[in-house]
This record gives sequence, structure tokens and C-alpha cells, in this order.
Amino acid sequence: MSYLDTKGRIFDIQRYSVHDGVGIRTIVFLKGCVLRCRWCCNPESQDFAIQQMKEASGKLKTVGEDTTVREVMQTVEQDRIFYRRSGGGLTLSGGECTVQAEFSRDLLHAAKDAGFSTAIESMACCSYDKIEMLLPYLDTYLMDIKHMNGEKHKQFCGKDNALMLENALKTAKSGLTELVIRTPVIPGFNDTVPEIRAIAGYAASLPGVRQMHILPYHRLGYDKYTGLGREYPMGDVLPPSGEKMQELKKAVEAAGILCMIGG
Amino acid sequence: MNPKFNATPTMKSERIKGLVEELFKKMPEIEASRAVLLTESYRATENEPIELRRAHAFAHILDHIPIVIRDNELIVGSQTLAPRGCQTYPEFSWEWLEAEFDTVAEREADPFYISEETKKKLLAVHPYWKNKTSSDLALSYMAPEAVLAIEHNVFTPGNYFYNGVGHLTVHYDKVLAGGFRGIIEEIDEKLSALTVGDPHYARKHTLLCGMRLSCEAVIRYAHRYRDLAKQMAQKEGNGKRRQELLKIAENCNRVPEFGAQSFYEACQSFWFVQQLIQLESSGHSISPGRFDQYMYPYYSADREAGRLTRDQAQEYIDCIWVKLNDLNKCRDAESAKGFAGYSLFQNLIVGGQDKDGKDVTNDLSFMCIWASQHVFLPMPSLSIRVWNLSPQELLIEAARLTRTGIGLPAYYNDEVIIPAMMNRGVSLQDAREYNIIGCVEPSVMGKMMGWHDAAFFNMCRPLEFVFSNGTDKGEQVSIRTGELKELKTFEDFWEAYQKQMEYQISLLVNADNAIDQAHAVRVPLPWLSSMVDDCMDRGLTTEQGGAVYNFTGPQGFGIANVADSLYAVKTLVYEQHKLTLEEYKRAMTLNFGQGFDDATVQEMTMQIAAGIQKTGRKLSEADIEQIIRDVRASAQVSEEEKEWLSRVREWIDEVPKYGNDIPEVDDFAREVAYLYTRPLEKYRNPRGGQFQAGLYPVSANVPLGAQTGATPDGRLAHTPIADGVGPGQGRDTKGPTATANSVARLDHGIASNGTLFNQKFHPSALAGESGLNDFVALIRTFFDEKGMHMQFNVVDRQTLLDAQKNPDQYRHLVVRVAGYSALFTTLSRSLQDDIIRRTEQAAEV
Repeated sequence: MSYLDTKGRIFDIQRYSVHDGVGIRTIVFLKGCVLRCRWCCNPESQDFAIQQMKEASGKLKTVGEDTTVREVMQTVEQDRIFYRRSGGGLTLSGGECTVQAEFSRDLLHAAKDAGFSTAIESMACCSYDKIEMLLPYLDTYLMDIKHMNGEKHKQFCGKDNALMLENALKTAKSGLTELVIRTPVIPGFNDTVPEIRAIAGYAASLPGVRQMHILPYHRLGYDKYTGLGREYPMGDVLPPSGEKMQELKKAVEAAGILCMIGG
Repeated sequence: MNPKFNATPTMKSERIKGLVEELFKKMPEIEASRAVLLTESYRATENEPIELRRAHAFAHILDHIPIVIRDNELIVGSQTLAPRGCQTYPEFSWEWLEAEFDTVAEREADPFYISEETKKKLLAVHPYWKNKTSSDLALSYMAPEAVLAIEHNVFTPGNYFYNGVGHLTVHYDKVLAGGFRGIIEEIDEKLSALTVGDPHYARKHTLLCGMRLSCEAVIRYAHRYRDLAKQMAQKEGNGKRRQELLKIAENCNRVPEFGAQSFYEACQSFWFVQQLIQLESSGHSISPGRFDQYMYPYYSADREAGRLTRDQAQEYIDCIWVKLNDLNKCRDAESAKGFAGYSLFQNLIVGGQDKDGKDVTNDLSFMCIWASQHVFLPMPSLSIRVWNLSPQELLIEAARLTRTGIGLPAYYNDEVIIPAMMNRGVSLQDAREYNIIGCVEPSVMGKMMGWHDAAFFNMCRPLEFVFSNGTDKGEQVSIRTGELKELKTFEDFWEAYQKQMEYQISLLVNADNAIDQAHAVRVPLPWLSSMVDDCMDRGLTTEQGGAVYNFTGPQGFGIANVADSLYAVKTLVYEQHKLTLEEYKRAMTLNFGQGFDDATVQEMTMQIAAGIQKTGRKLSEADIEQIIRDVRASAQVSEEEKEWLSRVREWIDEVPKYGNDIPEVDDFAREVAYLYTRPLEKYRNPRGGQFQAGLYPVSANVPLGAQTGATPDGRLAHTPIADGVGPGQGRDTKGPTATANSVARLDHGIASNGTLFNQKFHPSALAGESGLNDFVALIRTFFDEKGMHMQFNVVDRQTLLDAQKNPDQYRHLVVRVAGYSALFTTLSRSLQDDIIRRTEQAAEV
């Protein structure tokens, strides 16, 4: 069986994404996640099972679709000419793509064979051998580090952070991919200078890491919770202000690495 | 950094803000002085040749029209005393204005204030023009079938029917270099070389004399400004302003009579030409073209001599930008809807290649972009020429302007436009020097009379005729292509549409040519023609065929709706057999079960009434009222039928649509576009030129959509038709790259009068330097795919909704409406809604 026939489960493909890696990219969203972050803007990504979700218009939408690498690549190929001009390519997101490690590996493999740049957006919350499978085909790893305090991490995301921090170090040491650390800035969770500074300090200590992205919390997922019949866990929490983000950016830069607000 | 240009931004001077505020203090006003002076002169020249009468009238206007220098202006010359005011042009048409005297200030699209005194003055001169206008003559030239087609809204040539043509770029370079003295010398040489035995002695001699008269008058007009500036300087208390006024006097003394000796003089000279063409011609889309090129020698000479700083140059350019927004034009209420936003479409383009194919981006290319950023008004319609070797710095700077949400600039692809023009007989060197006219129409400075906005042709109407066998509102207005049951195969259906298209296109040509001929006879323009090759040698004005290149370019629109419609008919009727054509027709008549609006009720009533009257029965008012009640009642369908109609809509929704990167559907759309572009190129105009198609509606897709019933693609009755070559409203769901791939599958090269592709972006898609780079990559890629034109609205939906609620807070909100920028709050409500409805292609926030 060709690696192009590897099966996997996705819930969306989004073209013209410009905030997740270099250039104009196509993002494939894989279904299934190991964490349950309270601010998650893609709650329909969390369960691996195919679900029904009510859209704002009232229509029911099936979330999740079983597909193959070959099928996904047909869509990815449609923007080939745009990648050529912009240096873009394929980004895997989710959910958490390492949940479907073989499918992810084969998607990245297919993209490299097609001559596209590759990236994943992942929490690295898995055994390192899964990450190791991906590295030969991966140009950029956009890795989430949400908090340095394991207790707090567990409280807000459902799991301790030790495994992820360890994987970050292993990935950085491998030297096989450009590692970028991403931190969602969530009010009440990690939006203080000391908390962000701690993450930036760790990021700066990772060999080869030059960049950190801080992503302001947003509420665009709100309707989806309603559509899934779930309560919105973040309540009325407001997105961090522009000034706040600037302040945190300075804190990151003080650690000696580049910082970008947004992707 | 490329040594050819300096990309470091310049300063915005304090002066500019004040000039802009002054401009927008009041509602624009209609003034009567031009109409009065014109009529005086015409009365005095009854039996002279028309070319001389035109010249005398132009001179009389220039010698006597009130002039004004506004506070703190550096570049002077105004059509009206009131800022953004307009003159009227009764030699083209006037009856509509008189009819709209009491509504013109209240109307939704582009209102104008008109004083009682102005009305009185206009009423006094209008009777003179009875049966003497170009539109009167045009109407008398038209075939009755063509008149009928216009009455039934298949196409509208209203623009040139009611107004002057405009739509060209004259030899600004020639005036800047040698002034009108230089042009007069050339005229005198031609006059003295003209032999009395020349077969065209009469027309050549007459026209040359008319040109001479006009050029002299323009010099005198500038001298009136010189005198005014001097007088004002004497009274001026502020020493700095006094010096400025004296400098203005000096400029007007020298230009445009003589060649410009400095960049400042070149700016003033340019302005007189730009302003006065509009005063002579009543046309719009008088396009400055490659301003960064013909102004550059004056800029670089001053810079090299150390006489001019970049900031000073920027201030002069910014002042010109303000002046371009001072010009205005009042159109009839219907046309105003189609060209909404007080736009004069003065297109100014920067970047691109020279005649030898080298990139000629320079300092001024950048300054033009910054001027639009500083002034932040719709004029000029700023355009950027893009080709494979365009400097990235220029495109990034352009993208930065796009990101502000001003709706400027528009981007044009040299790699498609140059060969497209050559295919029409333009030389390689001329084609490389192209500029854009009006919205999107390629042209050549000083050589082309392109008649670029010849008409709007609604491609949906002939499709309606397939379903009605050529009838509309109970009347046979087009050819019969068979009863629906006779259309056994999709090929039959396609052929019926093709025949309807070809017939209506022939009528469009007839109407355009009638108007063209009327302009040649009644409103030739000697002054403008003195700045276009080869009018002098041929003894013909641009209206009469004097230009080197002559075209007629009417615009087809509705490709997306027709393509989606035909594809739906093919799929649902002929492949899946889900419904018959008759059932399809019934579903559309019932507006897919979405109820009848007033326009539908009126149309159906007229249709039924016409049917009854044909039988010889007279209808009373009570009868008509009964019909209206019946029509309304007929919209009430049974539950069963309602269910069927909603199924029909679902079926239609499931059929793939143009704009989503589905090659089969997009290639189908390409064939549909050929049904308009190919038949047109067979036709010729009276100036000896060819017809060439454009594919864009300006904003006519909204008013003309309001005159179109439901279409098989599921579009409801009287809703807008798709914009430009883009997909149907809200039908592109796969993002900007997918839409771009689809649109690029059309043949843009054959639509040599221009295509228009609008995309709407949320500002977040362009955030940061990387956002700008990706945006430029999107444009470059669409152009790699042989797309012709691209423009963008960068706004968020919320902003627009809020602007509708609080127009006062958004007076300066500029949006790009199909080919130009307009102030959002000045657009009609329906057009605002149209903009808001378009799929917002925002990338991930």
C-alpha cells in the first residue's frame, strides 16, 4: 500500500491561511485531541468521533470526515502556484495531529514530495517517537507551550505539562526542524509578565529556537460551543488589550528571542 | 535598494488636511454659468461649421466663467465657485435635469444642491436646446428594435447617450514640454502646409482654426488666474501666503502657454489640462494615465539642481490629488445609481514598463501612492502596473495603501494587457506604454479614442428571453428561439441562448454606433483633439475618427449568474431530470417561493394587462387593481408547491458553482463569457475602429439587477447580479486562492476592454510585513495565472454596518465599488448592502 493511501480523519481544510507558517498555506485540521483547554476555539476538534454540530443558521453540520492522504493532497495541490510565489505550503493543525501520527507523517511526506514547505501546529503531548516519525518531513514545528506551572496547566488544559516540555527539548536538540514556540495569551491563566517571562526563558534555553509567537485569546469559537450543546467555558472573559500584548511582547524580547503577536 | 527610486516615505504637510476639510464642508452644488455662456455663444454662431461653433463656445466660457482661488491652494483652477460643484452640459442632454430639479438634492445616489436662481437661469436657456442635443440626434439615428431593447433594460448605453464621452488620456507630455504656444505653432505649420487643392481642405482648415481658437482661449484663461492671484496677493495680510499667491501668478503667467521650467510649473500645467478637458467635453474618466512617467523629467531636473525637496514635491502632488476631488458631475438619477459615489474615474497609473520593455518605477511612483494615503479621497483612481519585473518595494507600498481600507490601488497585469492590446492592432511599443482609463480599460496616451464605457450589457436578460421566447412584460422584444418544450437537448438550450445573445449584441452595436455618430456631428471637441494624434493631420476630431486607435468597448456582466444558471439547467433538467424547463420557469416566476416584491407585481400586472389589451378590451383602473390583487394572490402557493419550491432551491444549491476552483464549472463559465466577447469583435464603429468587450459592471449590477427577474442559478428576482468577473454573491466559499483560480480560468485576453475582479479582505489578512508579502504573492500568482485585474476592499463587516447606522461618523470611509473608490456613506442603501453581503474572505484572525 502506498503511503498516499493512508487513512485519517479531518474536519476541515482551510486555504489561504497566512498566519501559520511562512507564506500562503493550506491548513488541514485533524480530528481528535488529548487536551481539553478551556479556551479552545475549535471544540469540535477535540473528540475523535464524528459529530453533529448546529451552525449559526440552524443547519446541522457533520463534523469529521474519513479521508486519505491522496484525497487531502488533491486540495493542497490546488494552491501549488500560490506556494511557489509565497514560499508557502501545508500546515497540519487540529485537534492534535500527533494523535494521528502515521496519517500526519504521510501527509507531510506527500507535501515534501510535491515540493511544498511543511509545518505543524501541535502541543507535543505524546510519546516522543511519534514526533520523531514526523521530523524527517517537517520544516517548521509551531509548538504550543501554554504554561510553565504543571499544576495550573493541568487545571486549565486537563493534563500536566512535563511531557510537552521534555518533547520540546528533544525536538530542539534533534536539529531536524525549525522550532517556534507559541503561547496563547489567556486572561486569568497566563497573561502576566512573570508567567510569560517564564515561558520565554524556557523557549530561549532551547537550542536553535529563535522565535516565539504570542496569540491573544479570542472568542470566535463561542458559536461552536452552542452548536455542540456545550456551555462556553470562558464565560465573559474579554480578549487581552493591545497594550497588554505589547507589554508581554517586551517581556518575551527581554529573554533574548524574537517575538511576534499573532502568527 | 534599487538606485532608481527612493522608497523612504515623505511627509504629509499641514496644508493638505485643511484643503480636504474645505472641500467637504457642503453638499455639492449645481452652477449655471457654463450653460448660460454656452448658449449665448451658440446663439451668436448659428450658421458656422460645428467645429468652429464648439471652439467659440469653449472660448466664450473660458473668458467669462467665474474663477476662484480657494484658501491655501498651491495648484489653482476650478470649474465652479463652490467646492465639488458642477456645471451642466445642455448640448448633450438637459431634459432629465429639468425633470429632476426638485428631487436632485434629495435623491439617494449622489445628491446635488441646486438654488432657485440657478434653476431660473437654466430654465431660461434650456428651450434653445430643444431637439438640438447629441442625445436627440442619437435617438433619431437608432433602429427601433434597439430602442425597444434599451426600454426593456437588456443593455444601457445611457452614459454617452446623456453625456460626453471622455474616457481618454491626452498628450499631457506635449503640453508640459512645449505649452499651447508649441501646439499653436504646430497648428500654424499645418495650416501653412495645407494646399487649397487638398480634397479635405474644408474640414482640415476648419478644425485647425477651431483648435487654434481653443488653445488661445486656454492661455487667456490661465492669465485670468494670474491676474486674480496678483490681486489677492495685494490684499493678503499673511506674508507667507502673499508669496505663495505671487508664485501662483508667476506659474499661471507661464503655463500652460509655454513649456514648464520646474516641477511646480509642470504640476500647474498638468492641472489646467486635466480640469479644462472636463469643461469642454462633459465626459468622465478623463484619465491622467502615467503621471509618474511624464512628470518625472521635471522632478528629476529640479532634484538634480537642488531646487526641490522630496517633501515639497509631495505637497504639490498632494494638492493635485485634492483638486482631482474638486471636480464633479451631476448625472441623471438612474445613471447616478450605476456610477454611484460622485466618481469621475480619473485613473492615474504608476509603475510598469517603457516602450522598450524596461521597468520604469521611479520616485514619483511611490509619491503617488503616498499622496493617496495623505489625501485619503476616492480620486484619482490609483492603479499599479504589475509585471514579472515589478520591484517588490513598489508592490509592498501599494499593499500598504490597500490595507488602509481606501479601496486603492487597483492592480493590473502587463503580461496579459500588452498582448491583448497587440491582438487589437496596437503596436508593441504603444502597448508597453499603456495606461488605464476609468475603471479598468487599457488605452494609450494621446493616441486612442477607446469609447471605453460604451454600454452595460446584462447577460441575464437574453437568458430570460430563452424562457419567454423573446417576450417581456407581454411584448415581443427579442427574437423567438422556440417554446421551452422544443428545447429537447441542452445543446438546443445553449443554442437558443447564443441566438438571443447574438441578436441583442447586434442591437447594442446599433445603439452605440448611433450615439457615436451623433457625437461626431453635434459635439466634436477641437481643443481635446489638439492633444491627440493624428487629429490635426486627418482634419478630424476624436469623435470623428481622428485618433490613431479607435475602439468601442461595451461591458458585459453577469457571467457568474449565467454560467451558474446554464450549469444548473444542464444538470437538473437535462442530466438528472429533476424538473422540466416549464417547471423551472414556474419556480422562477414564483421567485422560488420567496414571495413577490412590488417590482414583480408591477411586471406581471403589465404582462397580463398587455395580453388582455391585445384582445381589444380596454382596461379600467378598477380592472388593473383587480389584476394586481390576482397577481399578489398568485404568490400564495399551496403547501405542496411550497415544499416543491424549497426542494428546487436545494437542488440548485447542490449544483457546483463558479468561483470555487472546480475546473469543470469554471471552464463552462469561460465558454459562457465567449458568448459575449466573441460576437462583439466582429463589429465596427463609425470611426473606423473595432468593438472589443469588457467584462465589468461598475456598480450597474445593482440597479440593472433590480430590473431582472429570478434566474435559474437561484438568484431571487430583482436582487443584484454578480460583480465583475467574480462569483455570484456569497457563492465563493473556498477562500481567495480558490476564487482567484476560478476567475483566472476565464479568457481575460479577449476582453481587451478590461475585466474586473473584486476581492474583499478583512484587515487581519494583511497584518504585519508578512501579511503584506503574502498579499502581494496572491496578486502575483493571480497574474501568473493570466488574470488581468484585481482590486480589494479591506474592511470588516461590522465597520460597514456601523457606517450605515452612523453615516456622520464615517464620512471619509472609502470603499472600492467595482472599479473605483467611493465614499461609502454617499452610496445608496442597496449598494451599501451589496458591499456588505459579499463573502468576507477574512483569513484566520
